[in-house]
Amino acid sequence: MLLGGVILLASVAYLGLLFAIAYWGDKRADAGRSIIANPYIYALSMAVYATSWTFYGSVGRAATSGVGFLPIYLGPTLVAALGWLVLRKMIRISKTHRITSIADFVAARYGKSALLGGLVTLIAMVGIVPYIALQLKAVSNSFVILLQYPAIVSPARLQAVAILEDTALYAALLLAAFTVVFGTRHLDATERHEGMVAAIAFESVVKLVAFLAVGLFVTFGLFNGFGDVFARAAARPELAKLLTIGGGTGGGYGAWMSLVFLSMLAILFLPRQFQIAVVENVNENHLSKAIWLFPLYLLAINIFVLPITFAGLMQFAPGTVDADTFVLTLPMAHRQEALALFVFIGGLSAATGMVIVETIALSTMICNDLVMPLLLRWKRLALASRADLSGLLLAIRRGAIVLLMMLGYVYYRAAGEAHALVAIGLMSFAAVAQFAPAMLGGMYWKQGTRQGALAGLVLGFALWAYTLMLPSFARSGWLPIGLIEHGPLGIEWLRPYALFGLKGLDEITHALFWSLLANVGAYVGVSLLGKQDIRDQAQALLFVDVFKVASPSVRPWRGRASVQEVVTLVGRFIGPARAEEAFAQFAQRRGGATLVPDAELIHFAEDLLAGAIGASSARAMIASVVHEEPLSMDEVLVILDEASQVLAYSRQLEQKSRELEAASAELSAANQRLKELDRLKDDFISTVTHELRTPLTSIRSLSEILHSDPRLDLDKRKQFIAIIVKESERLSRLINQVLDLAKLESGVAEWHASELDLKEVIEETVATTRQLIDDKDLQLTLALPAALPRVRCDRDRLTQVLINLLGNAVKFTERASGRIHVALAREGDALRVDVRDNGIGIAPADQASIFEKFHQVGDTLTGKPQGTGLGLPISRRIIEHFGGRLWVRSTPGAGATFSFTLPLQPAGVKP
Amino acid sequence: MNDRSRQSQRLVALFLLGALLFAYPLLALFDVGGTVWGVPLLYAYLFGAWAVLIALMAWVVERGN
Repeated sequence: MLLGGVILLASVAYLGLLFAIAYWGDKRADAGRSIIANPYIYALSMAVYATSWTFYGSVGRAATSGVGFLPIYLGPTLVAALGWLVLRKMIRISKTHRITSIADFVAARYGKSALLGGLVTLIAMVGIVPYIALQLKAVSNSFVILLQYPAIVSPARLQAVAILEDTALYAALLLAAFTVVFGTRHLDATERHEGMVAAIAFESVVKLVAFLAVGLFVTFGLFNGFGDVFARAAARPELAKLLTIGGGTGGGYGAWMSLVFLSMLAILFLPRQFQIAVVENVNENHLSKAIWLFPLYLLAINIFVLPITFAGLMQFAPGTVDADTFVLTLPMAHRQEALALFVFIGGLSAATGMVIVETIALSTMICNDLVMPLLLRWKRLALASRADLSGLLLAIRRGAIVLLMMLGYVYYRAAGEAHALVAIGLMSFAAVAQFAPAMLGGMYWKQGTRQGALAGLVLGFALWAYTLMLPSFARSGWLPIGLIEHGPLGIEWLRPYALFGLKGLDEITHALFWSLLANVGAYVGVSLLGKQDIRDQAQALLFVDVFKVASPSVRPWRGRASVQEVVTLVGRFIGPARAEEAFAQFAQRRGGATLVPDAELIHFAEDLLAGAIGASSARAMIASVVHEEPLSMDEVLVILDEASQVLAYSRQLEQKSRELEAASAELSAANQRLKELDRLKDDFISTVTHELRTPLTSIRSLSEILHSDPRLDLDKRKQFIAIIVKESERLSRLINQVLDLAKLESGVAEWHASELDLKEVIEETVATTRQLIDDKDLQLTLALPAALPRVRCDRDRLTQVLINLLGNAVKFTERASGRIHVALAREGDALRVDVRDNGIGIAPADQASIFEKFHQVGDTLTGKPQGTGLGLPISRRIIEHFGGRLWVRSTPGAGATFSFTLPLQPAGVKP
Repeated sequence: MNDRSRQSQRLVALFLLGALLFAYPLLALFDVGGTVWGVPLLYAYLFGAWAVLIALMAWVVERGN
């Protein structure tokens, strides 16, 4: 037996739990450790989409239209796929401009127009308040039904209860209290409510688990799985037709597709969805997981709808029990008290979640876009001069929440079972769908104007009211039914359900077609015909290009303002302490300097205010303290023109200076090189003359002795003449080599390249130097593998190199103990020749300089220079000419190894 | 950025696929009665296509991360 007390206790305990979660969430947020900052909570909170209209209503819809309940959930799934594009842009725009509601969004986009904001708020209120009433009705009905347990009686058959005994009233009051506490704790520029979101996410879990529990109980408890339910349902012809799209009373494919479309718009533009998905979004990246988690949630909560529907229809005699209550009455009929109570709690979750978020979103709109603009314009109140308005703002919001809840309740009492309440789900979707052109157009189309948005919204809303709201009033008996049947004043073509004679569509499709046609048509038409004003244009750019504009560019601004005035103004709305703190942080960000009243400061102040009172009011407020000289279109154009010209000039300058820099770097490098060459030339000449002088001096002095001393004996003469001959040879060799090097360096040397067998060349060279080696009694070993590929080189030049290397080796090795080893090997795509000796070796410091001209290793003081100092530089040039490399490795005292490589496929060799 | 752009394009493609799967001509192919493992064909198709669409969305999104 379920007593009223038990149900009440469970409900109160559940709401208490919600309070606790919300309180905890807020505490954690204050401590900086947010519990909602993860994509799972975000996705769950989005499931506020599933209200009691889903929880109880899906089964009710399925009972008449079969699978026709599904489009409402397929649309959001499709939009989720687009979420990464559309929702992310909405989030980015809202975060950048501190937008806190749909009304604010539309107002801010179209030049911060207070009129548009107010209009959107009104439409949202008219469309949503009945929806709140529907939730209250669901709570109250489910409570009343549960109270009758074990009897199952539809509330419609019960006597109307007095207001003070009406559970809906208490539910409304409790919810108002909850929303006031967690929805308007303080004013915040971002207008986020972490505790509330945590509670909503929890509610989403509860309603899902409750619905799945009933589904499992029905499908697997009462029946033997899906197949069994469907098989038994198929046996009854009146149920079988529910399994086709055209069969139920849903209206076929047309209705199906228009519902998919409608729900796609609803998921984007319902105020509660905007609040949760955009305003309460902590991190843009949470969206990516929500993209598939949210549709998954919708799939899960719908999978048992048809089995429950069929079970209900088979369980109860037709007409005895309302299909909307099957979710609750099925467990009751089977005496599942605990399950029934759980279902009631699940329904309560679905209803309260929607009511809480929706009233918060609407109260923000009412405060920022309806009440504040009016109050601020009311000169006699002189609100702008009041010291602290944050209290007033909170009071307005709290008042708005209570008002909305009471409006919902009154509507519920007035409408009861009337059509105006029952059909409100889709009507309310169609109402918010009117925001689509202005919102989507505002996000993607720069030319959309304020007048266009205004015209579109007014016409769309008017047609919505005419084709959906008025007839629903008529069907509820509040207006003469003749309105539907014969049109107003009997004008046939004005019949609300067949406007201009359009027939054959269901009422939602019909209304959606006319209202959106008028809406889009007026929006686009008026926008294209009219002209945007400057502010409109600026905002359009900031909205459409939100991903391109890194931060909102500060608009051109001329005016005077005192910092104190601005800070005080902001303080009035968000509290002086918070304002001081915000501006202190702002000053710090800009380098800790004192605040100057410039455009950036004014922009920051406006943003802060926008978070609290909406974009259009913030604009008006700032204007009251800033003595702004209005910018004319011409001035803006001039500023823009100047700015773009300056930009172009500075780009050109930058370009030129970069070119100059490059050129001067090249010049200085060339200069450096020239200087180096000049120095080398000087060095070369002085070295050459020095080298030439040495042999010349000895030739001259010996010749002079021979010339002046006729009595010199023959032996002496012979000795002197031998020296003269040797020195002359050295002189001519030196001159030859200098000429040779000069030719090589200037590139006029003649080359006779041919395919050579390196082994053969080495063997020949060794043969010609054999005499030198044998004279010094040195040991020569060769390691020359046969059958190596040929290389392309000049034979004579190569021989010159080899003779030079062998000659060096002979020169620097000890008589008798000296050993020379010549090796030939293949190394990659080159042949390598090593000439190794065990002579005195070369000190590491000299290993690079021996390849310089006239550099000779050895003690020039004690020993006569043994070469010209040009052999190695010439050799290196020859090898490098054929694309090879010549280098030395040596340990002083342990000999040296001269190696060179010659590529097998020489690249770029001159013939 | 390039990855993100590709991911966006894939999601848009999935949106188009979904719009196609849940719209008239294709839907009518399955609106013909009959059952799959005891479950009516249309019902099985709708939930099956829905689940596949969600799985594809999850795949696109999670692979991108």
